[in-house]
Amino acid sequence: MPAPDVLIRARGLAKSFGGAVAVAGIDFDLHRGEAFGFLGPNGAGKSSTMRMIGCVSPPSGGELTILGLDPVADGPAIRARLGVVPQEDTLDVELTVRENLLIYGRYFGLPREVIAERTARLLEFVQLTDRAADQVDPLSGGMKRRLTIARSLINEPEILLLDEPTTGLDPQARHAVWDRLYRLKQQGVTLVLTTHYMDEAEQLCDRLVVMDRGKIAAEGSPRDLIGRYSTPEVLELRFDPAEHQQAADKLAELASPPGADGGAPALGPARPAQALAERLEVLADRVLLYTRDGDAALAAARGLGLEPVTFLVRRSTLEDVFLRLTGRQLED
Amino acid sequence: MTWSFAVREFRYWLTNYRRTWRGSIYSSMLNPLLYLGAMGIGLGTLVDAHGTARLGGLSYLAFLAPGLLAAAAMQAGVEESTYPVLGSVKWRRTYYAATASPLRPADLFHGHLMFTVMRLTMNSAIFLAVMAAFGAIASPWALAALPAAVLTGLAFAAPVEAWAITVTKDASFALIFRFGMIPLFLFSGTFFPITQLPAWLRPLAYLTPLWHGVALCRSLTLGTASAGGALAHVIYLAAVAAVSIAAGNRSYRRRLYV
Repeated sequence: MPAPDVLIRARGLAKSFGGAVAVAGIDFDLHRGEAFGFLGPNGAGKSSTMRMIGCVSPPSGGELTILGLDPVADGPAIRARLGVVPQEDTLDVELTVRENLLIYGRYFGLPREVIAERTARLLEFVQLTDRAADQVDPLSGGMKRRLTIARSLINEPEILLLDEPTTGLDPQARHAVWDRLYRLKQQGVTLVLTTHYMDEAEQLCDRLVVMDRGKIAAEGSPRDLIGRYSTPEVLELRFDPAEHQQAADKLAELASPPGADGGAPALGPARPAQALAERLEVLADRVLLYTRDGDAALAAARGLGLEPVTFLVRRSTLEDVFLRLTGRQLED
Repeated sequence: MTWSFAVREFRYWLTNYRRTWRGSIYSSMLNPLLYLGAMGIGLGTLVDAHGTARLGGLSYLAFLAPGLLAAAAMQAGVEESTYPVLGSVKWRRTYYAATASPLRPADLFHGHLMFTVMRLTMNSAIFLAVMAAFGAIASPWALAALPAAVLTGLAFAAPVEAWAITVTKDASFALIFRFGMIPLFLFSGTFFPITQLPAWLRPLAYLTPLWHGVALCRSLTLGTASAGGALAHVIYLAAVAAVSIAAGNRSYRRRLYV
């Protein structure tokens, strides 16, 4: 029996479609009250995992227990306690905002008075009260997303599943959605979300897994993952294209051990402090130095007689972790 | 439990229908008015002038009207089961919203069939009322033609819906309209008795659900039904519907639970 605060438990969970493997055996536990993220490029298996958790996709292998129940046998009972915000909106655009919530509340078998009371509260929460009687079709993308979130809360779910909740939204709308999700988290709702936005994962997730090609490549808190797979700071240097390669070769001296070029760096604990850069990555247009101290690295680069056209010293982000773990190649 | 889930989906369709019900009632009145006026009276006057021994001495209007009643039910059943189903899974994607609730794919199928049955009942009742106004009803048994027409519509709606959920492009629907519904409409005894067909074609007509629906409705509005004959038609139509519902439970699941 899993511990009482484990809401979802997966062991060796797998999903394949015909011959194509989408999820290749993953293990994770979701604890009550946490915000848990699946981070990964397109095609990494995030949405397939979410659909299995949502009990609309029977696993091909492994174990999955949700709220102590079996998703294949007890789908309706589990779904009654889940809220789902799908990747693409599935609102009925010909109905009004309020009717969408009414329909959804009925799907969960809620009495009319309960639906009316929750509708008023939820529309207030997502700031759509004044649009309650309007048709959904003309609403903006951000409003539709917020309505979808309100709809997913109509049954007061124990777990809220969000599949790329802010993909396709403009920055204002994204922040509005994050703000609502953060409040839900504060209220103790357990969140599971997928995203390929690093800032979203850093803002919202207590704990996350990085997925790549159907597997879990790393697991931890955002801070933890940055500490393990990147350096505190990153120095980005851009040189004149004619000098780019030459500069990169020189900079390699700053990284230890000498000659490390970022091609296949060994993962591991931080190297001795005397190295100015732990790792060097040469891109087509930039050279990235992963370092404890970006300004010191910049000074050292100048000491080698290099003068970049532009430079940027920044803190390491999850994006650096993500790209290191999942590579820079475009996934189809 | 099972029923209550399907009823939730039925109520979704009802909510949706609230916006369009008026227009749909006008068109279900217009359809029999046009057909019975043009073919029952216009063409019927010509037919009747040449003698209707082959129709058993009936007026052409009285012969034609119940056939059109059954054919209209077929048409309404097929229409309700094509675009609305594809729309729910492809354009509006509302089926995906519903599958995230406790409802199962089969509940969505059954809920929509309930709505289709309601629409068929409304359509057929209006059709029968128009028939009465045209004086095309000869027997009080015509009241039983209402459930008969609804059953005929369901015998089309269930298989078409079981198939429509597997479709990915609406172009597929044009095919069944053109090569399924129109030939059935023309050659299932609606406009002329199938004894007029070449002998080798008749068994094919007996296999089509529409012929059973037409024969059943006609025997009821004319008051010529025999218990055995009517029962055979009902069993045939009900069997088509039942087998299709079993197939649809499966196809809905396969499409929505991948």
